[in-house]
Amino acid sequence: MEFAELIKTPRVDGVVLHRPFMPTVEGTLCLTGHHLILSSRQDNTEELWLLHANIDSIEKRFVGSLGTIIVKCKDLRVIQLDIPGMEECLNIASSIEALSTLDSVSLMYPFFYRPLFEVIEDGWQLFVPEEAFKDLESMTDEWRLSEVNKDFSVCPSYPSLLTVPKDIDDESLCKAASFRHGGRFPVLSYYHKKNGMVMMRAAQPLTGTNGRRCKEDEKLINATLCAGKRGYIIDTRTIAVAQQAKARGGGFEQEANYAQWRRIHKAIERSNVLQEGLIKLVEACNDQSHSMDRWLSKLEASNWQSNVKEILTTACLAAQCIDREGASVLVHGTEGTDSTLQVTSLAQIILDPACRTIRGFEALIEREWLQAGHPFQQRCAQSAYSNGKPRSEAPVFLLFLDCVWQILRQFPCSFQFNENFLIMLFEHAYASQFGTFLGNSVAERLKLLLSQKTVSLWSWVNRPQELERFLNPLYEPNNLVIWPSVAPQSLLLWEGVFLRWNRSTKCLDEAYQEMVHIIEYNKELQNKVNSLRRQLAQLETEDGPLQTP
Amino acid sequence: MEHIRTPKVENVRMIVTPRKSTVGTLYLSSTHTIFVENSEALKETWVLHSLVYNVERLPANSSGSPLIIRCKNFHVYRLLILQEKDCLDVLACLTRLSRPERYGELFCFSFNPNLDKELREKAWGFIDLKAEFSRMGIPRNLWHVTAANHEYRLCDTYPSELFVPKSASPAVIVGSAKFRSRGRLPVLSYFHRDTGASICRSSQPLSGFSARSSDDEQMLQAIMKSNPVSEFMYVVDTRPKLNAMANRAAGKGYENEDHYTNIKLQFIGIENIHVMRNSQQKLIDVGELAAPSMSDFLWGLENSGWLKHIKAVLDAGVFIAKAVAEEGVSVLVHCSDGWDRTAQACSVASVLLDPYYRTIKGLMVLIEKDWVSFGHKFSHRYAHLDGDPKEVSPVMDQFLECVWQLMQQFPCAFEFNERFLIQLHTHIYSCQYGNFICNCQKERRDLRLKERTHSLWPHLWENRAEYTNPLYRTGHSQTRGVLKPLTTAYCFKFWKGMYSRAEKSVASYQSPADCLNAVREESQQLEEELSAHQEVPRETDAGQETCPTEGKENFRGEEEVQQVV
Repeated sequence: MEFAELIKTPRVDGVVLHRPFMPTVEGTLCLTGHHLILSSRQDNTEELWLLHANIDSIEKRFVGSLGTIIVKCKDLRVIQLDIPGMEECLNIASSIEALSTLDSVSLMYPFFYRPLFEVIEDGWQLFVPEEAFKDLESMTDEWRLSEVNKDFSVCPSYPSLLTVPKDIDDESLCKAASFRHGGRFPVLSYYHKKNGMVMMRAAQPLTGTNGRRCKEDEKLINATLCAGKRGYIIDTRTIAVAQQAKARGGGFEQEANYAQWRRIHKAIERSNVLQEGLIKLVEACNDQSHSMDRWLSKLEASNWQSNVKEILTTACLAAQCIDREGASVLVHGTEGTDSTLQVTSLAQIILDPACRTIRGFEALIEREWLQAGHPFQQRCAQSAYSNGKPRSEAPVFLLFLDCVWQILRQFPCSFQFNENFLIMLFEHAYASQFGTFLGNSVAERLKLLLSQKTVSLWSWVNRPQELERFLNPLYEPNNLVIWPSVAPQSLLLWEGVFLRWNRSTKCLDEAYQEMVHIIEYNKELQNKVNSLRRQLAQLETEDGPLQTP
Repeated sequence: MEHIRTPKVENVRMIVTPRKSTVGTLYLSSTHTIFVENSEALKETWVLHSLVYNVERLPANSSGSPLIIRCKNFHVYRLLILQEKDCLDVLACLTRLSRPERYGELFCFSFNPNLDKELREKAWGFIDLKAEFSRMGIPRNLWHVTAANHEYRLCDTYPSELFVPKSASPAVIVGSAKFRSRGRLPVLSYFHRDTGASICRSSQPLSGFSARSSDDEQMLQAIMKSNPVSEFMYVVDTRPKLNAMANRAAGKGYENEDHYTNIKLQFIGIENIHVMRNSQQKLIDVGELAAPSMSDFLWGLENSGWLKHIKAVLDAGVFIAKAVAEEGVSVLVHCSDGWDRTAQACSVASVLLDPYYRTIKGLMVLIEKDWVSFGHKFSHRYAHLDGDPKEVSPVMDQFLECVWQLMQQFPCAFEFNERFLIQLHTHIYSCQYGNFICNCQKERRDLRLKERTHSLWPHLWENRAEYTNPLYRTGHSQTRGVLKPLTTAYCFKFWKGMYSRAEKSVASYQSPADCLNAVREESQQLEEELSAHQEVPRETDAGQETCPTEGKENFRGEEEVQQVV
């Protein structure tokens, strides 16, 4: 095992742990290949088990021979370890640093984790494209499942099976793929049952400076339009950014070549800018000494809330085109793996009640994020405490979850899951014992043999005993489209994530418990009344014949 | 009626959002502007003249003359009137009617909810401050009611009955009043039974640079000694220290710690009414921005300074509550005149200290005690009469908002909901009931308000089901004991329900509280049905009370359009 080389001091006694909202604990610190463990060996205090993968960065300080390591986690928690002995402290620090930045995916914890629960329903088999296609087939026969990408050679970031217009053959798909960034040709993202309109997604077209065009690409997307109908292309970039992309071989659809489409530009930030925003936001949240002015100006400067607003606005726009205008929509940005997916997945939450259930939301994440090729491994390699210059890290998925939280807050009765579910997904996207969010694409995941070697997050989450704490007691299935407000006054800071470790949620948790209690009491009464009613009805039918002469 | 030139205008368009408007007829009565939609439903919108803050006419355009009516409760109505002449008439009429010049013109004198004389009198007795002071459990050997302010001889803005330390002689009381701005001497506002510490209030002393009064010094000594276990007391000057120092030049100021034995002076730094007025105006402007970006909004919020001021008021309350509950030390609170910041600080501290004030009835009692009876200038601050615009300030707004901010941190601690606070806010401005008319008890008595107007409190009490927080239940840990809120900057939120009325009317969200109230209502019906047949399942651990609610709408599944294109 290679980990042993990285662990010079596996064990230190007399270490003091400070963490938010919990009493200070003194105990023994142990390092294993994947965990930092602190145990006081007393029954009444909780042990700390921290995944190395959850550690974003560390800082060390010394006062005399007493060393202190500040551990900053990807879930935004900050803990402090006081370690007696300078050498021990240095050893521990360097081990943590090495173990939390392992390069090889196959050394990650999910490959070593053995579940203590019995896997009843294998999450790896839950959301297969064939099943989703069966649903689609029951509604329309305009689409087919193409195997053109079965060896991932047409588009390495796409899955092997893709839903495309029935009349477009695989050869045309290949040509269209060569005209789109990364081979991400337009594919079906969502079919709106109510009016048969569709949402597609792709990467930018490679028009370049000389205005290249591709007949197959045009034909492909035109095939999704009804006769005489126009569609909307939503480019998540501003026109200026899209123009600049031409110089690097990218670009956008020219009106002349896509006469049936109206192009709308929005301004969702690129991922590296989002990462800076996250760092600034968390910095602002962690400084409790800020005056009101300073807090508000830092919040504003982070641009985080602006990003939430922009993403939600674009998603509303896509949903509105489909549901209100009765038009089909194609969404893309540059690569089609970030802002594009934020928009297509949020639009589905607005439009499709199925996405607001737990299973439906899991399916949405599978479809629109994991299978659609969002590079989780790259984006979630570091979180808000990363010191170095970001490479390809970006809180794209966290922003998506934040947007879902905003909608959930505005429609607290329309979601089967609660806020805890979203926070759990955020945590697991950044560090997990499960293999679900490893790798950057379906192709990578297959290569890593994740479904054989690791446990799926869904296998664990969907167990009734886990699911319970993610259920929203207020949920009442609502078959309508839900239109969130995107006014700044309506969008709040997601305290459950960003202030989670800064202020106690005791009173809010109590309120949640009260809510659960009121609803459970109601259910109990309903059951009693129903059984009484049944008994009465039974008595009446028994008595009935006697009364009628 | 002499001000109404055009009582009825037809084909007026009410603009709800840039994309949504309705056509109807506008009527002007002596008390209300009424808009009746031409639709089959004949939906009516009533706007009370006394709630109108200002009326603005925009230049006429091809579709008519736009008129904007802004209300003191932050509702904004946008009308489009076809004929410019009609628009000018409506403008002139509303401008006059919204600025009554005499008390007699106020709506409360004509408002008649059909109560007979006996009921009306009974209604005025609904809140009983004598009962409130005895509820506090004030030890009779240490505190008593002084007759010194009988017929308002000592201080005309104070109530006639004042609680003072029993050890303070009549001469000390009179002497202390003489040494305080407008005679507002230190008197008891709240007694905390658990520690024996009290909150007293007054105006600033007339100390100037060197003046002193042994009577006033003895008065503070007497207050301190009324709390036998404590060796000192706090004097909380709620003003910024600089302001307090500046007052010395005018012969006023603050207590010199060398002259008063065993006091600790603490400045809190709540800004004056002028700063607050300007700050709120900026905040209202933020709420009125058309399609603001997130930066516009956050920058506007910061620039208004509003949340900073709310934090200062809450910080004052937290300081006092901590002194009283944790240190067991009595506090004397004052500002300049002792009727704005002092009222805020005392009442916020009381809400933190005493769970009773977090109930529907308790908040009414608190407002009646700390604001109405102790002489807060409602008439001036909320512009009930046409007067000096510099006297107007959202002092009470800030108190209500502090309570709202606390509700965000302690969702189970309050019996009432946001709607209750907003309703109180509206009636503080509306002049529909007599409770908040005039500036002090003496004026109210002279105007014979209890005979000529109605009291708001029983009306709110009868409709309390509408104002009930479903998460509240007696016995919950949050409904007992002292609240210790965080006042870190990020804990303060923009009060959307109050300041973004337009935004609220566009998107109708699901409110968890309304859902829960509906569930509780249903539970109650089920309980009834069950008890008709057999015994009800016992709710052992919760013991919550369910309140009957009239058929309230359940918001679930409202489909509303948010315009984004």
